[in-house]
Amino acid sequence: MLRVFWCILSRDLTLAMRRRTDVLTTLFFFVIVVSLFPLGVGTESKALQIIGPGVVWVAALLASMLALERLYAADYEDGTLEQMLLTAQPLSLLVLAKIAAHWLLTGLPLVLIAPLVGMQYQLADSAIGIMMLALLVGTPILSLIGSIGAALTLGLRGGGILLSLLILPLYIPVLVYGAGAVEVSQIDLADTQPYFALLGAFLLIALVFAPVASSAALRISLE
Amino acid sequence: MALNWFKFASPATFYPIAGRLIPVFWILTLLLLAIGLYWGFFETASQLGGSNPQKEYYRIIFIHVPSAWMSMWLYIVMVAWAAIGLIFNTRLSFMMANAVAPTGAIFTFLALWTGAFWGRPSWGTYWDWDPRLTSELVLFFMYIGYMALHSAIDDTRRADRASALLAIVGLIMVPVIFWSINCPDPNQCAALHQRSNLTRIDGNILFSMLTMTLAFWMYSFATTFMRLRGIILTREAENTWVQDLLNARGRT
Amino acid sequence: MSEFFSQGGFAFFVWGAYGMVALLLVAEILQLRAEWRTIWSRLGRLTRMRDSGGTE
Repeated sequence: MLRVFWCILSRDLTLAMRRRTDVLTTLFFFVIVVSLFPLGVGTESKALQIIGPGVVWVAALLASMLALERLYAADYEDGTLEQMLLTAQPLSLLVLAKIAAHWLLTGLPLVLIAPLVGMQYQLADSAIGIMMLALLVGTPILSLIGSIGAALTLGLRGGGILLSLLILPLYIPVLVYGAGAVEVSQIDLADTQPYFALLGAFLLIALVFAPVASSAALRISLE
Repeated sequence: MALNWFKFASPATFYPIAGRLIPVFWILTLLLLAIGLYWGFFETASQLGGSNPQKEYYRIIFIHVPSAWMSMWLYIVMVAWAAIGLIFNTRLSFMMANAVAPTGAIFTFLALWTGAFWGRPSWGTYWDWDPRLTSELVLFFMYIGYMALHSAIDDTRRADRASALLAIVGLIMVPVIFWSINCPDPNQCAALHQRSNLTRIDGNILFSMLTMTLAFWMYSFATTFMRLRGIILTREAENTWVQDLLNARGRT
Repeated sequence: MSEFFSQGGFAFFVWGAYGMVALLLVAEILQLRAEWRTIWSRLGRLTRMRDSGGTE
């Protein structure tokens, strides 16, 4: 069981490493969106500290959503996905491996670049630490929920824009608590604990249900 | 009672039944609307007391609350039919879910619109990021997403099943979203919308509110069945019973 | 009568809300009727096509 998981994971990572631009495009999209806001709303440090957490999270939502299209598209086009459906292995496990690879390629870079973005918004060091931690717990949830939408819109014309319509409303809880944790950390660090408890609970629930729902969606899309 | 419920699940059987029911629902709608509106405008006080007195504009309650209730109820109905379709693989259930969605979206929009027109005189603002308002907006997005996904997929079977799965995922997420908006700070919770308590409402107002709700409900039945008949005809166009229907209609 | 229409000075809000409800519900009915006619005329065209070109 675990071997299958590692097999798919390393395969997806290897494939992505052959085409590094895809990973970098998502990352730079995130950085550019975040850099545009101060130009629009003004560069006063007080204002930036207030909008910073929300802007970073919305940008993370958009970046991870844009990358979702690629989650199954390549495997769908060359027929690998159909082969995966036919294997004796549980499909949700394969899906989970694909989501994990997707997160390592699109979610983790966002977490690592967060300090840079935090400095743009004049956030305190502790707030930056909290933001990294919140992104670390929150972005996997985005990939997990998003994979359901990616599976449903597989191979559709204009699938990308449709995907945003379906998935963005479902991202609201992560946005609320992810941005909330960073905001609260600017007042009192101890208050952030319930936020992380909730984000962690969401992550666990999503880990259990999202692969099952995604594999059901894949079966619907491919039958 | 060995009634075979699956017999009614056949579009060919249900098509004439729906056709006979539609006029009944229209008559009920008009009747209930007339009673509810008359009672709401002429048999209720023009001003409500309390710490925050509500003047004539509170009459929006007779359409606001029923629209909000119907928007949520129709989403549940839609998901129920979608789930039944996925479990029992009945074509009619998917068509039913499809027929409910536009009416539900309209009521969701109306709940938001009438809420804005009530909020302006009583709260002083058309819109507030209050939990219920925001959740209703999210519900509207869910309806739009369901219809958009369904119309984006050309293959009917896949469209039915994919949007059904989406509706079910949406139903699971709506409480989580509502809760997260209701309680953005887990250390404390607050909301602008007053808690509803039906027992505290004046009898006359409650009567017209419930009558209007029933009217909207009957309206939903009528429009849903009208849309359902259209969907049945379009999808079954190649079947012989539709051809017979067409011939009979052509002769008269 | 005009007293009724002014709704105690809140005419804009009361009738704005009721007006939108009436507008959308009537629009939905009209749209359904138009759709119904389109479906029937298309079905009729389909059968006529089948009857005339039935030799294929």
